Amino acid sequence: MSTLLKVENLTKTYGQTTAVDGISFEAKEGEVVGLLGPNGAGKSTTIHMLLSLLEPTEGSIEIFGKDLKAHREEILQHINFATAYSMLPHNLTPYENLKIFALLYGVQQWRTAAESLLEEFNLAEFRNARTGSLSTGEQMRLVLAKAFLNSPKLLLLDEPTASLDPAVARDLRQKIYYKMQENNGTILWTSHNMREIEAMCDRVIFMAHGKIVADDTPENLKKTFQSGDLEDIFIAIARQPSPKI
Amino acid sequence: MNFLHVYGIFLRNIILIRRSIGRMFGLFFFATFELFLWGFITIWLRDLAPKDARIDFVFLLLTGLLFWDLFIRAQQSFSISFLEDVWSRNIMNFFATPVAMKEFIAGLALISLVQGFLTFIYIGGLAVLLYALDIWALGFYMIPFFMNIFVFGWALGLIAIGLLLRFGPAFEILAFFIPMMFLPFSAVYYPVSVFPEFIQQAAFFLPTMHLFEGMRQVLTQEVFPLSDVLWATGLNILYFALGLAFFLWMVRVARKKGLIARLLQD
Repeated sequence: MSTLLKVENLTKTYGQTTAVDGISFEAKEGEVVGLLGPNGAGKSTTIHMLLSLLEPTEGSIEIFGKDLKAHREEILQHINFATAYSMLPHNLTPYENLKIFALLYGVQQWRTAAESLLEEFNLAEFRNARTGSLSTGEQMRLVLAKAFLNSPKLLLLDEPTASLDPAVARDLRQKIYYKMQENNGTILWTSHNMREIEAMCDRVIFMAHGKIVADDTPENLKKTFQSGDLEDIFIAIARQPSPKI
Repeated sequence: MNFLHVYGIFLRNIILIRRSIGRMFGLFFFATFELFLWGFITIWLRDLAPKDARIDFVFLLLTGLLFWDLFIRAQQSFSISFLEDVWSRNIMNFFATPVAMKEFIAGLALISLVQGFLTFIYIGGLAVLLYALDIWALGFYMIPFFMNIFVFGWALGLIAIGLLLRFGPAFEILAFFIPMMFLPFSAVYYPVSVFPEFIQQAAFFLPTMHLFEGMRQVLTQEVFPLSDVLWATGLNILYFALGLAFFLWMVRVARKKGLIARLLQD
């Protein structure tokens, strides 16, 4: 498996506050990597830097072997993201939203892509409804459908199932997993749901106070921390005043 | 330049205009009311004026109104297209796409052109019907006039978007208000000679002042105002370059300070 994402010494400071503190990690092709940590650990800041919404203070990001800053548009063509905190415009229909984002991602067959993702994410019956009139679960399905418009090689998910009931969340997790397997894509997945992370991720990176404090497979982490599940490890890390482990 | 990206921005706004009563109001209804208001005022002024007066108030004032409205449309449609993304909390989704800034600007310029011309054709047609206004009397002057009015509108639109990115939705009033700040000094309805000397000197640096002075010269003296056109074009090149530089600077600042994600919370 070749390295698809390489982050080195990534740092983000706002004045005296350090949100992300010199983190380095890699993700390989086809790998599902969990990014965990308590609120304020720096997960979302890291994701925002990977999407080039935020400029790092220091460090470098290489995606597909290219520097993100120098090749922004070229790289973003093959990345997508979904977050529970940024739904698609409420005043457009699901079909219009997908059609427009397909164009913005430069998808040649934009009409076909929008139509087939509506089908795949069970949104066809809402095709011409206002997005704002859909339930939270339906809107999240739409956000995820958007995330697959450009068949991404790297998918960034920021708490994608945060506001969903367990049944919908499980269906979506499976959908995400199978769709990414189709093109051997890599996923960077943040969540506060430890069972979800354990079920989905090949590897887990724990962050606290802007630093990486652990990086291993879920099984090895449990052995290292002598713990039965990831939730106990999460709580232990969240309660530690010092990030050093 | 990826034209799919430009078309995406364009299509989104066309869908919103088609669907939104508020956007329709902005495009047609306000302009209609203004046309009625100024139309009646000018007819009244014409009746007051001596019979041998050489100035056709209806012609001069309504032509000014028509072109000023085009300028407002050029600037506002540019800024409001961006505001739509702020209002619908779509900024993060949008900025994470591979759309380059030049494509973003081209998309907004395209929607501004379409909206501007739609309003102009509508209001121009109405003025012909109601007041027998001959908008084609400007002849070839319309070409540099149109080009300059749009470019100045886009330059101001870029500054408004830059300020919105930097300071958030609290500055959205600017998107609507910026053209109004230039109205009194642009000599739209009266010649620049009515200003006190120091305002005349300041107004010299407004491309709109040159354009509207030139417009009156064409209408009253039937002379092509080459000097005004050249000044307006030169100033516009300068202001567009400054607006572009300011906008790109604000995008960099927004990326540095994390303002794009913060627009979701404001």
